Amino acid sequence: MSWIGRSLPRLEDPSLLKGQGRYVADLARGAAAVKFVRSPLAAGAILGIEKPDDGLVFTADDLVGVKAIRPLLHRPDYVPVSQPVLAKDRVVFCGQAVAVVVADDQGLAEDLAEQVFVDIEPEDAVVDFAQALGEGARAVHPEAPGNVLVEGNIRTPGVDAAFAAAAEVVALELRSGRQTAMPLEARGGVARFDPLAGRVTLYASVQMPHMLRTGIADVLGFPESDLRVVAPDVGGGFGQKMSLFPEYVVLVWLARHLQRDVAWLEDRRENFLAAAHSRDQVFKVRGAFAADGTLLAIDADLKSNVGAFSCYPVTCGVEPLMGLAELPGPYRFSEYAARSRGVTTNTCMMAPYRGVARPMLTLTMERMMDVAARRLGIDPVEIRRRNLIETFPHRSPTGLVYDEGSYGETMELAVKALDLPTFRRRQAEARAAGRYLGAGFSVFSERTGYGTPAYAARGMDIVPGYELVNLAMDPSGFVEARIGASPHGQGLKTSLAQLIADELGVPPTKVRIIAGDTDATPYGWGTFASRSMVIAGGACKIAAGKVAERLKSVAAAMMHVEPETIRLADDLAYAEASNQTLPIGEVARAAYHQSHRFPQAGPGLQEQALYDPAGTFSNACHACIVEVDVETGGVKIERFVVAEDAGILINPMIVDGQIHGGVAQGIANALFEELVYDETGNLLTASLADYLPPTIAEMPSIEIEHLVTYSEATITRAKGVGEGGTIGAPAAVINAIVDALSPFGIDLFEIPATPQRIRDLIRNAERTSHG
Amino acid sequence: MKPAPFEYVRPSSRAEAVAALATHGDDGKAIAGGQSLVAAMNFRLARPAVLVDLNGATDLDYLRPEGGKLRIGALTRHAAFHRPVVEGPLGVLLARVVRNIAHYPIRQRGTFTGSLAHADPASEWCLVSRTLGAEMVIANTGGERVCAAADFFRGTFTTAVGTEDLLAEARLPLLGPNWRSGFFEFSRRAGDFALAMSLAALEIEGGVIRAARLGVGGVADRPLRLEALEAQLVGQAPSAALFAGMGEAARDLITPTEDIHASADYRRDLIRTVVNRALTQAAS
Repeated sequence: MSWIGRSLPRLEDPSLLKGQGRYVADLARGAAAVKFVRSPLAAGAILGIEKPDDGLVFTADDLVGVKAIRPLLHRPDYVPVSQPVLAKDRVVFCGQAVAVVVADDQGLAEDLAEQVFVDIEPEDAVVDFAQALGEGARAVHPEAPGNVLVEGNIRTPGVDAAFAAAAEVVALELRSGRQTAMPLEARGGVARFDPLAGRVTLYASVQMPHMLRTGIADVLGFPESDLRVVAPDVGGGFGQKMSLFPEYVVLVWLARHLQRDVAWLEDRRENFLAAAHSRDQVFKVRGAFAADGTLLAIDADLKSNVGAFSCYPVTCGVEPLMGLAELPGPYRFSEYAARSRGVTTNTCMMAPYRGVARPMLTLTMERMMDVAARRLGIDPVEIRRRNLIETFPHRSPTGLVYDEGSYGETMELAVKALDLPTFRRRQAEARAAGRYLGAGFSVFSERTGYGTPAYAARGMDIVPGYELVNLAMDPSGFVEARIGASPHGQGLKTSLAQLIADELGVPPTKVRIIAGDTDATPYGWGTFASRSMVIAGGACKIAAGKVAERLKSVAAAMMHVEPETIRLADDLAYAEASNQTLPIGEVARAAYHQSHRFPQAGPGLQEQALYDPAGTFSNACHACIVEVDVETGGVKIERFVVAEDAGILINPMIVDGQIHGGVAQGIANALFEELVYDETGNLLTASLADYLPPTIAEMPSIEIEHLVTYSEATITRAKGVGEGGTIGAPAAVINAIVDALSPFGIDLFEIPATPQRIRDLIRNAERTSHG
Repeated sequence: MKPAPFEYVRPSSRAEAVAALATHGDDGKAIAGGQSLVAAMNFRLARPAVLVDLNGATDLDYLRPEGGKLRIGALTRHAAFHRPVVEGPLGVLLARVVRNIAHYPIRQRGTFTGSLAHADPASEWCLVSRTLGAEMVIANTGGERVCAAADFFRGTFTTAVGTEDLLAEARLPLLGPNWRSGFFEFSRRAGDFALAMSLAALEIEGGVIRAARLGVGGVADRPLRLEALEAQLVGQAPSAALFAGMGEAARDLITPTEDIHASADYRRDLIRTVVNRALTQAAS
């Protein structure tokens, strides 16, 4: 009996659901409170900082010998910029940390922070693309005069010919508002100084503990072994908790400087202002189509607002370069030209957020398909049929190699689930009654589980990607796997336990996964980019397989049979031929305590394994039905179908959970969430009264259909599934809204499609038709 | 997200509360449910030096019909209105409106008069009070005075309640048996502040509107009662065309406020819709 494929309740849940989880704030007892004083202005020169006479207040001048954070990409078109951990001489975004105070409790720290006055000579803020890229634009950083921090270009030889030959050219300009990941738990850290060891332990709500340790040690200039980083229970990350933030550097500096335990627990307002944002992109794209709907070529100008700094370690190249590389998505055209720029502005830094670039890429290609279908008089499903990739491996015009997938099949499954013919009848009846229903589709690929080759290709100075696992069965027959990945809500410990259980023949409850502690785990890259099931999972499978070989060797010697005849299952070692069994725990004990009897196996049951795959593409089709209230512009999502293929599902319930959460964040991107800066760079949406994540009342029930394609691209045949929900949902929702509003002849190219934006389009259409 | 330091007093009666507010004057601030005030204090947007907690003044905790009015004491929570609190159309109207106020936990703490005293332009209770012509009982050490809703709301977060005053009670007129009500609110998400909302109450006899109350909230610095339109409704038979026309008339009467969620143009569209839908519901 296999544990893989079973919807095992999550091993993590009993403690979390009983309120026994340990988050950073639970570990802050006894520590002094740290509060950052942040810039109230987006841009300007610091003329002076007035501190109160009493109290612990530190500014950049106090941080002697502390370097700036300076992430690098080895590309000719990348301009590195330095981020001081406390602003020095000038501020470049509203919310930037300028000073830090320490007091006995949070209230006193906030009182003290109020007494710090930062005198800033304001400069005009550069907030949007027009300001950043316009003639004579002020440079946000002197080292980047044109405000472009990174640029990528590609052009295949036949682009012009393809456009010349096109029966129809579709030109679109799409825009995504700015979003933030909004983890339930904001950022935070507790730095504890150990006077005996002269060492600091930083408990932090992060996704990449090893990377954080490297980054802090580099910036502060001390050996990594002087710091231990622990990510305890983490209340969501979604990419926002990947980066090295100045606050963590300052926290460790304070602990060392004051030789005192200090805690910084970010409040929601700080998280809005200074954690990390995402999206904020404008894509100008032309598509060349043949008369039969075949897509011949794409020509794209992609702009990503990357904010004031470049995030460490992945850099501000993450959005623009993924945009450049992955725009072709699931379609098989061969001619492609694109220019993609990361533009710096006086706004909060951008960092990866679930989906990275692909929600916009998918919106772009899926709007393109619908518009082309309408112009060419082809059904929207049919035009996709004619263009989706169907032979594998597929090589995209940017050189990406897609492993086996089921692009067409997932779409057909979603079409069937929606029962489109019946829906079209219902849609017509509703319209006659003054109600506007629409159906929309979105087909996409999700590149997941990519190792070092993909990151090296981007020119990264720090090349993440591999995972190491140290796996041991102890003498009692229980298993410990120490992983470099750092799960923070995904249920990864359960999924890995199921995988390991199958290799070793023990129940998952006998497998403990140890993660998120640099003292206890091998160097690894944490959890992000839909990688952990594929890469940490692959390493676990290899390591467990190696331990299983040792176990079989010992069991075979104990039962006087050949190792090949041993089968591990049900917590037993079976010698099939001789019909003998031994409890695995007995074999394990012998492996440690009677090792002299098994010279060939050697002592113990421990192995390390490495996995560093090239990557694999999951795929899915999202389909939804919406109703638009044309008087208010309000949108209600009536049905939402996800037909997806992530290969073998280790734990289907956990996969469904990933899809549910992802779709919610995608719907947020499509309809609700938008960070708005005014023209001075002041954030207008710095609370949950103005920034609107959807609640359960706005969420539809999500219907999920699974297909399983076997791919050789991963050792477990499992593909990543962390981001697909977020990637596909916006395009499906927007296409459905446009379908609903087709009697008005309205097209929609901006997200979020707020009631106001939808109503504005309808009002204009009504005026035109009346005028 | 910690408030600036403040002192805290907990009077045990309305008289003590009024005395405490008089003692502390500008520095004092009454708190009942605290659902708006505490958040503002945590952001340090509000910094009262002394909080006068009304929760111990149990003589403010009442809700009863008396003399043709529903008398709502200053400790009456929103949740009290989840079910009709009084027989007849007013109880139904209040129960219909209350579910639009924020979320369940907030309705357990926040108070009716607290909403009025806070005077958020998007407050449902402010709209109800203005539209139905409520009276506010304002107490201080000199005694008490009764203020009509028309004079009570002075602008965003601004009312006739002075620094040494306590809004002790609100009185809503009971509605006779032929009254019916309709309420429609549009907000971005369930429980959010209204981008626009309308309350309509119609007295219909023999298929004709005999009297009307019509108000719009969330669109200006205070709730608006549309008396000119009320007058036009009287004597008419309810119809889709009548109500659509009222929506358009309301849209043309009001110069709405703007914010990041709604431009003036968009709010005008919403005014038309919420008025039409509130009236339609009232007549249905």
